[in-house]
Amino acid sequence: MTQIRVGLGTCGISAGGEAVYQELVEELKKHNLEIEVNETGCMGMCYDEVLVEVVEDYDNYLYAKVTTDRVKSIVEEHLVKGLPIEDWIVKPGNGQAGDNFLKLQDRIVLRNCGHINPTSIDDYIEKQGYEAIQTVLNTLTPAELIDKIKNSGLRGRGGGGFSTGMKWQFASQSESDKKYIICNADEGDPGAFMDRSVLEGDPHSVIEGMMIGAYAIGADEGYIYVRAEYPLAIKRLQLAIKQCNEKNFLGNNIFGSDQNFKIKIKQGAGAFVCGEETALIFSIEGKRGVPRVRPPFPTDRGLWGKPTCINNVETLANIPWIINRGWEAFAQKGTEKSKGTKVFALAGKIVKSGLAEVPMGMTINQIVFDVGGGIKDGKAFKAVQMGGPSGGCIPASMGDLRIDYDEITKTGAIMGSGGLIVLDETTCMVDLAKFFLNFTQNESCGKCTFCRIGTKKMLEILERITMGDGKEGDIELLEDLAGKIKSSSLCGLGQTAPNPVLTTIKYFREEYEEHIRNKKCPAHNCPALLTYTIDPEKCTGCTICAKKCPTQAITGEAKQVHVINQDSCINCGQCFDVCRFDAVEKV
Amino acid sequence: MDIIGKKEIDHFKRDLIDKKKQDGSLIPLLQSAQDTYGYIPERAIYYISELVGIPAAEIYGVITFYSQFRLKPLGKNIIRICEGTACHVNGAKSILSILQNELGISVGETSDDGLYTLQSVACLGCCSLAPVIMINDETHGNLTTASLTKIIKKQKRIEKIKSSYDAN
Repeated sequence: MTQIRVGLGTCGISAGGEAVYQELVEELKKHNLEIEVNETGCMGMCYDEVLVEVVEDYDNYLYAKVTTDRVKSIVEEHLVKGLPIEDWIVKPGNGQAGDNFLKLQDRIVLRNCGHINPTSIDDYIEKQGYEAIQTVLNTLTPAELIDKIKNSGLRGRGGGGFSTGMKWQFASQSESDKKYIICNADEGDPGAFMDRSVLEGDPHSVIEGMMIGAYAIGADEGYIYVRAEYPLAIKRLQLAIKQCNEKNFLGNNIFGSDQNFKIKIKQGAGAFVCGEETALIFSIEGKRGVPRVRPPFPTDRGLWGKPTCINNVETLANIPWIINRGWEAFAQKGTEKSKGTKVFALAGKIVKSGLAEVPMGMTINQIVFDVGGGIKDGKAFKAVQMGGPSGGCIPASMGDLRIDYDEITKTGAIMGSGGLIVLDETTCMVDLAKFFLNFTQNESCGKCTFCRIGTKKMLEILERITMGDGKEGDIELLEDLAGKIKSSSLCGLGQTAPNPVLTTIKYFREEYEEHIRNKKCPAHNCPALLTYTIDPEKCTGCTICAKKCPTQAITGEAKQVHVINQDSCINCGQCFDVCRFDAVEKV
Repeated sequence: MDIIGKKEIDHFKRDLIDKKKQDGSLIPLLQSAQDTYGYIPERAIYYISELVGIPAAEIYGVITFYSQFRLKPLGKNIIRICEGTACHVNGAKSILSILQNELGISVGETSDDGLYTLQSVACLGCCSLAPVIMINDETHGNLTTASLTKIIKKQKRIEKIKSSYDAN
């Protein structure tokens, strides 16, 4: 039976997926074809959206960059005449864009994303769904289960990298009449969208992971704390929970056992700090999300004062796979201390932005060049930023570094939740550090003095450096403040906030010095340190730059060389963008 | 002698408060107030305060802590600019300055005619389309200064037609 799947994750919808879906349904109707059209989650190949997959009995055809105009041809050629349009198809091995992107991946967490209809529980069940929880309930004691997860070597994928098995053990050892398990889906790092894609594309795998975790620690109630900014993920989770309730997968005596388990969704209200465990708990309790001192750890005193285990979305999505395939299979993948795979959200100056799940131990170069297809527009690879505002930049010269929690921590960056932003020669590292510090400074809850005031002061210093007012000693001042913020902040936000600044100073110190001493931005990025000029050799006098200039700083007659008056130029760069003859230069 | 002493009454009250706490209902209540009104009006704060027994000042503290909550009404059209990392390195800054120029408002403000509100978000999550803005529910990606100017002009034309239609 032929079936069609349209990728309708947030990325697919933004690229026009819903219109393609509608068009498909209509075209099929026109030709009287009774073919099922289903929506599916993100296939990870966001650079090729809208993706439409035609699933036939023996073969799959994945169409990339589908537009409503192309739908008609696909229906007429492929579905009516049976002639797939090879030029538009992505397939491993045919030299198309999708080639290595999928081939080099190892999909555990994303095993179902893009393959099943996330709104159908039966689709999930068909893919071994809810088998793991039944195995666990019927054959394992909580202690045996925890041992398996410990042996698998799974570490928290939210960024901390703490052993999941250990965390479960602590929570299970806490004596209490009531315990909670929380799924942390407050994915707040700018540039990270792994958890969203899993929730949108395979919500049941996360729910099953929670069920197994609940059994391990002895919880009968779970919360999913998800960002309100992820409306589609929330919708799909709500539906998935409803389906589970109907099938008695959730509720009392689940799967005929003596276990009770229910799940509630709590929507976050937009505060980055709520990704921190204790802040997240306060937020669920309806308070300001301000972290508190640990210990007591949430596994001892958490939600409403009861032992609470908090696991990240990606961590939980790994669990059913580990039970179904065995911890040995999981522990075989990866490096000595970092097992399994990691999902990365590739973005920035990379050819193929999207989601890639790779085995731990792969090098940064392999991810950027082999999986991600290299740098956009033939520019030079400068660095990757890992771990978002808590992480740091790893320079291109260290591209052979392997993906491993401890190896990455040694560089000053962190594994983080999986945002991997690729930077090229046009990215200014001082500006990037400023960008992240601006973010953390905004998101600081204000409890700890050094985090509240220190990040503000660091931001002011970075601002003056990028404005051309940097002073000798500013770098040392930044380093000094950074150390103090790290040592005097209560939670992860403050302790890691200086990382983007420290790593860029560590690996790109000369760039800071160039800004401070010579008032130049080597990446030609900081507007205050740039001068725009017009090359008289190249200027054709087309007048387009003069028309675009918001301050009328460009003068010149038609077909004559134009000149920029530096006194009224505000360095907005519009002339540079519109010039078709590369006559405008940044110096 | 009272059958129910002070201790029992206190316990009863604590129990009630505990039950309310167990719901953690404040944030969902605020979210539904905002869904209803588009923002959180002052009277809603007092109403919720009575309902859950939390002082209005504390509720105000919660509202201002979370970026989702607004104390002022929104414009008719909401333009959201993504300030995620991918957008940042792909030129979100110049996109923002054009938006501000064209609309005459800064981030977080609503235009005097009540037509536009400009918001910034940490990440819209479609990094492959960077730089990105959203006008109401529609995403516009891979923006350049030129394409953005066109999009805003078009949006303004639509608004103009709509308002003349409404006037008639």
